[in-house]
Amino acid sequence: MPRFSRLFRPGQPLQRPMTWGDAVVVVAVAVLIYAGVRLAIGAPPAVAGPEISLAPQALPRYAAFSVGRMAAAYVLSLIFSLAYGYLAASHRRAEQVLMPLLDVLQSVPILSFLPVVLLSFSAILPQGVAAELASIVLIFTSQAWNLTFAWYQSLTTIPRELREASATFRLNPWLRFRHLELPFAAISLIWNSMMSWAGGWFFLMAAETFTVGERDFRLPGLGTYLQEAANRGNVQAIAWGVGTLILVIVLLDQLVWRPLLAWSDRFKLEMVESENPPTSWFYDALHNSRLVGWFTEAVLKPLGEGMDALFLRRSLAQKPPAEEAGLSKAWILAGGALGLALLYGAYRAAGMLLAVPLAGWVAILVGVGATFLRVTVALAIALAWTVPVGVAIGSNPRLATWLQPIVQVVASVPATALFPVFLLLVLRLPGGLDLAALLLMLTGTQWYVLFNVIAGASAIPQDLKYTTSLLQLRGWQRWRTLILPALFPYVVTGGITASGGAWNASIVAEHVEFGGQVHATLGIGATIAQATMQGDYPLLLAATLSMVLTVVLVNRLLWRRLYRLAEERYRME
Amino acid sequence: MAANRHLLELQHVSQVYRSGPRLFTAVEDVNLTLDEGEFVTLLGPSGCGKSTLLRIITGLQRPSEGRVLYRGEPLSGVNPHAAIVFQTFALFPWLTVLENVEIALKARGVPPNLRTARALDLLDRVGLDGFESAYPRELSGGMRQKVGFARAMAVEPELLCLDEPFSALDVLSAEALRGELLELWTEGRIPTQAILMVTHNIEEAVYMADRIVVMDKEPGRIIAELRVGLPHPRQRKSSQFLDMVDRVYATLAGQTQPEPLELGVAPGEPGQTRALPHIAIGDLAGLLEHLAEMPGNRADLYRLAEALKVDSDHLLRLTEVAELLGFATVAEGDITLTPLGETFAEASILARKEIFATRIRRLPVFRWLINLLRAASQHRLEWEVVRASLELEFPPEEAERQLETIVQWGRYAEILSYDDSSEMIYLEPHAVSGVKAPA
Repeated sequence: MPRFSRLFRPGQPLQRPMTWGDAVVVVAVAVLIYAGVRLAIGAPPAVAGPEISLAPQALPRYAAFSVGRMAAAYVLSLIFSLAYGYLAASHRRAEQVLMPLLDVLQSVPILSFLPVVLLSFSAILPQGVAAELASIVLIFTSQAWNLTFAWYQSLTTIPRELREASATFRLNPWLRFRHLELPFAAISLIWNSMMSWAGGWFFLMAAETFTVGERDFRLPGLGTYLQEAANRGNVQAIAWGVGTLILVIVLLDQLVWRPLLAWSDRFKLEMVESENPPTSWFYDALHNSRLVGWFTEAVLKPLGEGMDALFLRRSLAQKPPAEEAGLSKAWILAGGALGLALLYGAYRAAGMLLAVPLAGWVAILVGVGATFLRVTVALAIALAWTVPVGVAIGSNPRLATWLQPIVQVVASVPATALFPVFLLLVLRLPGGLDLAALLLMLTGTQWYVLFNVIAGASAIPQDLKYTTSLLQLRGWQRWRTLILPALFPYVVTGGITASGGAWNASIVAEHVEFGGQVHATLGIGATIAQATMQGDYPLLLAATLSMVLTVVLVNRLLWRRLYRLAEERYRME
Repeated sequence: MAANRHLLELQHVSQVYRSGPRLFTAVEDVNLTLDEGEFVTLLGPSGCGKSTLLRIITGLQRPSEGRVLYRGEPLSGVNPHAAIVFQTFALFPWLTVLENVEIALKARGVPPNLRTARALDLLDRVGLDGFESAYPRELSGGMRQKVGFARAMAVEPELLCLDEPFSALDVLSAEALRGELLELWTEGRIPTQAILMVTHNIEEAVYMADRIVVMDKEPGRIIAELRVGLPHPRQRKSSQFLDMVDRVYATLAGQTQPEPLELGVAPGEPGQTRALPHIAIGDLAGLLEHLAEMPGNRADLYRLAEALKVDSDHLLRLTEVAELLGFATVAEGDITLTPLGETFAEASILARKEIFATRIRRLPVFRWLINLLRAASQHRLEWEVVRASLELEFPPEEAERQLETIVQWGRYAEILSYDDSSEMIYLEPHAVSGVKAPA
């Protein structure tokens, strides 16, 4: 069960105060959004969406499209992560810029970029390509950061002796990568990949179904199928769609992630055999198959040897590198140019922000406040039910063994996929959209908290439980002295992820077009959507920027502190 | 003797770290030579820079000053003729025993078939045949270290460096492995020209080395070189062997100095602030009680290590504290309880605390901290503030450890208290005026 705690842990916050670096990063993000908004001005006024067929026969094709987008984004994320992490871990100077940048990027609500990215891409690219690329970029931004953190952290925590051993035995960079760095990071990379995929579905569904006014950015895929089905009130199609989605996710889990986990057990550093190593029937089947054995011996091994030999020839031919030279002139020039561009961009962005009337700012402020409230309520509800249920599951192994798979499957369905269904159910009730938005936030967030609570409850040492029983602590006393303090770090960890998810959900949830009608409620997500629809670019910039800043600040001022408190005071070691 | 006759030569090697405004010396002005056919150990307490020196010698680290010559040539980068056996084995857990040895050969471009044959041969020589396809985690500590040795020997190094290779092993495997290494070495069955071993275990050094280079800390430096002229295999119970162990103890334990020298100065004053050895007070009491039962309240340090079943490094730290607090004196490898120490050993728990309190109040670092706290509002200071001022005297990690020790001792003596939630160090009320309040 401890695997849950690893699965749903966000990128580890760096233990560092805010610095001027953060300010630079925030300005850079602002300039980036500005550049997007500038491009977006040229976006075509109307975009026609695809025809979506509700026939079940179309589902395999849609599923393949969706998985394809995810895979493309994942490959992109992996390449990006390896390069970025390597650079940050091996150059101190680069690290000082790259890590704060990553730190801000991972707390930015990604969906807030969606309108800007879609509009700007459609301004410069052909229609079909623009939406496809935008969805891939969006999923990429949801998958890359935690992978990068995992890789960077692995690189920087490789035990000193192993590094020194590789140095004294003169492993070249390739051998070091293949035999030290990649194996050392493998487990963490695989867990984080699973987490990236789980998160990616959420954004894929949102990206596939985005429509604003005359611009229909939808893409053929599972998300659109579900949306269309809900739109037409076709319950049968909804069932088909949800079923297919669950099937795809379960298949990926069984055929890709479980086998990878079982395989990666060999890469753990601990020098003891694990008591419950991860297992996978599919891995066992592959492992025992002759064909795979032949493939390993005849293709993979020679390939590895070939690569080793290739890099060996190159490294032996080269003289050992001289002492690390200072920053080359080219880098300084590039840095300077980038700085100037940043300054100019900031100036132009400020100019555009000035064009926002006072009423616009008031609307943004009210919107941020409303969304903040909604996020808080969603989190409170999530906590209220997950803590007792999670403790019940976590402290009862029998219950856990049969509830866990069910909970996992239910949790694996991305909330954004179900959103149209919620709309169908509650939109007609009073305060319908508010309720639907709350439901979306809740379904998007509660699982993170639940899994962490389960992990926390099952990690409470047995002897402490005995002690509290012996001390006759019961009811509230027992909760206050044992359970709540023990859960605290886990709840905070889950809360950080959940809060991020809830903010993201606001973009999709607060402004919807459903059944041919536009529904909107008060919130920053609605403000962004409306600005997109009306082509009010200064407002779009201001609203997006405000949301990013708010979330970054909430993270820094609230979650970071709680996290530090949890790490220092309540972590059981 | 011409310089190029030495296999390895260190000339005025120093290693200095910068931490904030201050410089800390890890290794100071070390001159050392190593010749072919020699087995030399670097011996010293933890923190004396012996591991740093090993890293400088193998080229993993560049000294801030001085030169490292290998066969008369200045060393640049990692020394290709050296291999290291690590304390924690440093095996790749995801590679099999065979692959762990092979990778060292692979990195040198040895073709696959030759590589496997050579690795198998070495595993055979260290007695690991049959375990080629095992993973390190399936092996015992002793067998893991054998893989470490096989890997190091696979590259046929001229200089074999051992970084406390036996200290992570249980007593029996360590002893067996020592014997096996000596056998390979003395019978010339490995192409190694010289062995350099870092250790803090005095008996191990005397058992194995031709020459013992004794180091001391603050700053890390060489204080003596002793030649061990005993033939192999050495008899641990022989009088010559025990004499040698006694001599090394005497060198390392030094002699109790006159009080001002022993105590050092307070932080901020010119001169060296004495670092408190990190020990548990219970262990100190155990040592004193044991001594109180000895005839004449005295004991040979090396016998004491055996009787108390502690390693020499730990024992030396305990004796250092006993000296520092005036509970014992050390001379020529013998430790003698002072009357005060005897009183402490026989006192009740509360009386012990009082004796301890009066003794640590004399330590400059405690005087300094108590004065700081008296001057502070509400007689309390943040942990961070005190640590920051200690950082002017010690490197950051050491400053943290020093403060932990200070607070631990101060809490035991009921002079200081510490509140974890506010991270504040307090002066106990009765310590404010310097008079103990009636209980």
